[in-house]
Amino acid sequence: MTLAADHGRLETARALPVETVDGANRIMLAIDGISCSACVQRIERALNAEPDVVAARVNFTTRRLALTWKGAPGRAADFIERLSDMGFTARPFDAGALSTADAARDRHLLRAMGIAGFAAGNVMWLAIAVWAGVFEDMGPATRSLLNWTQALIALPAIAYSGMTFFASAWAAVRGGHVNMDVPISIGVILAAGMSLVQTVVGAPEVYFDAAISLVFLLLVGRYLDHRARGRARAAAAHLLSLAVTHVTRIADGGRIEQVALEQVAPGDQIIVAAGSRVPVDGMVFAGRSALDTSSLTGESVPADVGIGDRVFAGTMNLGAALTVEATAIGPDTVLAEVVRCMEAAEQGRARYVVLADHLARLYAPVVHSLAALTFLGWWLWPVGAPWTVALLNAVAVLIITCPCALAIAVPAVQVAASGRLFKRGILMKSATALERLATIDTVVFDKTGTLTEGRPELVDGTFPAGLADLAAGIAAASRHPLAEALRRARPQAGAITDVTEKPGDGLEAVIEGRTFRLGRRDFAAPGVAEVDDGCAEMWLGGDDIAPLRFAFRDRPRGDAAAVVADLRRHHRVILLSGDRAPAVAALAEALGITEWRAACRPAEKVAAIEDLKASGAKVLMVGDGINDAPSLAAADASMAPSAAADISRTTADVLFQGAGLDAVTATLAVARRSQVLVRQNLGLSLVYNVTLVPLAILGLVTPLLAAVAMSASSLTVILNALRLGRAGKVAAQ
Amino acid sequence: MNVLIYLMPIALLLGLGGLAAFFWAMRSGQFEDLDGDAARILFEDDETAPHRRV
Repeated sequence: MTLAADHGRLETARALPVETVDGANRIMLAIDGISCSACVQRIERALNAEPDVVAARVNFTTRRLALTWKGAPGRAADFIERLSDMGFTARPFDAGALSTADAARDRHLLRAMGIAGFAAGNVMWLAIAVWAGVFEDMGPATRSLLNWTQALIALPAIAYSGMTFFASAWAAVRGGHVNMDVPISIGVILAAGMSLVQTVVGAPEVYFDAAISLVFLLLVGRYLDHRARGRARAAAAHLLSLAVTHVTRIADGGRIEQVALEQVAPGDQIIVAAGSRVPVDGMVFAGRSALDTSSLTGESVPADVGIGDRVFAGTMNLGAALTVEATAIGPDTVLAEVVRCMEAAEQGRARYVVLADHLARLYAPVVHSLAALTFLGWWLWPVGAPWTVALLNAVAVLIITCPCALAIAVPAVQVAASGRLFKRGILMKSATALERLATIDTVVFDKTGTLTEGRPELVDGTFPAGLADLAAGIAAASRHPLAEALRRARPQAGAITDVTEKPGDGLEAVIEGRTFRLGRRDFAAPGVAEVDDGCAEMWLGGDDIAPLRFAFRDRPRGDAAAVVADLRRHHRVILLSGDRAPAVAALAEALGITEWRAACRPAEKVAAIEDLKASGAKVLMVGDGINDAPSLAAADASMAPSAAADISRTTADVLFQGAGLDAVTATLAVARRSQVLVRQNLGLSLVYNVTLVPLAILGLVTPLLAAVAMSASSLTVILNALRLGRAGKVAAQ
Repeated sequence: MNVLIYLMPIALLLGLGGLAAFFWAMRSGQFEDLDGDAARILFEDDETAPHRRV
C-alpha cells in the first residue's frame, strides 16, 4: 500500500532536518507532483508570499525545494502542510548525508569534460593546420612547432581527463576480466604515446587530435549517463536517511525515555505513537488501534489490534498510541527476514553482463591479435620492413579499432531513452535496466498499492443524505484513513467541531443534545450483526437513528484495466498478492487478469517468480510493499511506484511517479525501441571498423583519415540514438 | 610564418578564457537546474524582491 498518504503525519511527528544559521532556518524538501515549470512558479509564489519566508527556490531538474525562513524552526511542518494543500507531496531529506559521493563524481566528470573539450578544440585547429600542410608546402620547423604545441596541450589533458577510463580499465584487468574501457585505454594511450615519439623524432604522423577528441566524446556520454541516473538514484534515496532510529521506551518506574533502536531488548515496553511505524516485533501490552499491515502482507484492510495481539516491525500505526512489548528486534524481526530474502535474490542479478562488456570480451582479443599479426606481417613475413615501420602500422591498427563509436553506442541510446522516460516521471535507476526490460515477456503485478491506489475509498451506496453529511462532518475531526476517505467522498459537508476522539474506537459528537458515534461496529452500533464482505467499514450510530454502515474498498488505479488489456496482447500477465482470495479474485476479474494467486507470503512470491524464470520466461515484477522487495530483486527487471516502501524503492530498477500505471507500457515500449537502436549502433560501429581495419593493416591510415572516420562514426551513432521515435510518448491529446 | 609566434599564444589564451568561464559557471551552480532556468525567464516578476539563489 502506498505510504504517501501518511507522510504528512509522519514528518510532523518526527524531527525535521532543519538547519539553523544566524536565525535563518533552512530545509531541503523533495517534492512529488511537479509536472511542469508552471508548478515551480506556483510553489515559489505561494511560499514567498508566506510571512517569514526569506527564499523559496525550486530546482526543476531534481524536483527539490530549498526553503529559508526566519522565526521558529518548527514552522517547516506548516510549509509542508501548505504544499500538501496545493497538491504537492513534500518530503524532507538531509542534503548533507545524501549523495555527496554522487555530487563529487558529477563535478569531477564535468571538470574532466571541460578540460578535454578545451584541449580537443585547440588540438583540432593545430591539427587542421598540419593537415593543410600536407597539400601546401609547410616547413619541417613549422610542423614541428605545431606538433609540439599539440603535445603540450593534449598530453596533460589526456592524463587528467582520461583517468576515468584508465582507472576503470585497470580495475577490470586486475579483477581478471575485460570491459569496454580496456580497449579504449589501450587505444588512447598508444595513440598519445606514439604521437609523442613521432613528435620527438620529427616525423609527420601524429594522432593527438584523435586521442583527445575520443576522450572528450566519451566523457560527454559518461557525464550525461551519470547525470540521468543520478536523478533517479536521488529520488530513491530521499527517504532512506529518515529511517526509524529512535524509539520511545518505558523505563523502570514508568519514566519515558528516547533510546536508539539497537538498545531495545526483548521484554522492553515501547510506545508506538499514532502515525508512526512499529519498530520491533512484539505483543500489544496496552491500547487499541488499527494497523496498516499492507506493506508487509499486502492486505488492504487495516487490521484492528488490541491487548495480546502480535504486531510486526514495519507496519504503520493508524489509530491511537500503543504500548508494545518487544519480542524480537533488528535481525530477528520478520521485516529483517524479508530483507535477507531480498539480498539473496539480488545476487542472481549481479551476474548480468551488459551487452557492451559482453562485446568487449570478444572484441579485445580479436583486435589485439590483429595488431600483433600486423606487426609480425610487416616485420618478418611477407613484407620484411624495418621493425619501426611494422610497429607504427600495428599501433595504427589499435588506434583505428579503438572502440569509440562502440563505447558511445550504448550510453547514447540510454541517455536518450532515460531522458524520454524522465519527462514522464519514470526514473531509471539501473544502467542495465533497459537491456533487461527489452526482453520481458511476463509481467507480474502486486495488488495493493500497485494495481490499486492503496488507499480506501467509500463504496458507493445509497445513504440518507443528511446522515452521510453528518458522518463526514464528524470524520473531519480525525486523520484516520477511513475518516479521510469519508471526507473525500462528501467534501461539501460542514465540519462539526464538538467531537471527541475515543482512541481505538472512533469519534463521538454531541449535536443539540444528541450523541452520535462514528467508528467501529461494537462502539458505534453495538448489537448490529457483522457484515463480512471483506471491506473495511465504519458505522454511524446514535440517539434515535438506525445504525448506518459505510464500507470502504481499495479502488483500482484509473487506467489499470486499460494497461492490463494492452499488456496482455504481447505479454503474460500474472497477479500475485498477499491479500485474501475474495479481494484478489474480485480485482483480477475487474481488470481481466486470468492468472492470479492470493495469500502469497514474500518467499512464495519469490518462488513463483523463480519458477517462471526456470521455465524460460523473462519476468518484470511491478510492486511496492516491503513484502514485494524480495520478488522485485528476484525478477529479471522490476518497477515500483515512487510512493513505495523505502526498501522496494531501493531495489527496483525503475520508479514511476503519478497516479497511472501506463508507465509500465511506456517503459517497455521505450526499452524495446532502444534495444533496436543499440543493435543498429553496434552494427554501424562494427561496419566502420571492418572498413578501416584492412586499410590500417596495409599501412594506409593517415592521421587525417583516423580523425575524420572517428568523428564521423561517433556522430552517426549519436544521431541514430536520437531516433527513439514515438516510443513512450504520451498519446496525442 | 613568424606571425604564428604571437597568433598561437593569443588563440590559446582565448581558449583558456573559455575554460575559465566554464569553471566559473560550474562553481556558481549554473548547471544545477538546466530545465528550470530555461523556463524561469518566462515567469512574470513578482512585486516581492526577486530572490537570489541560496
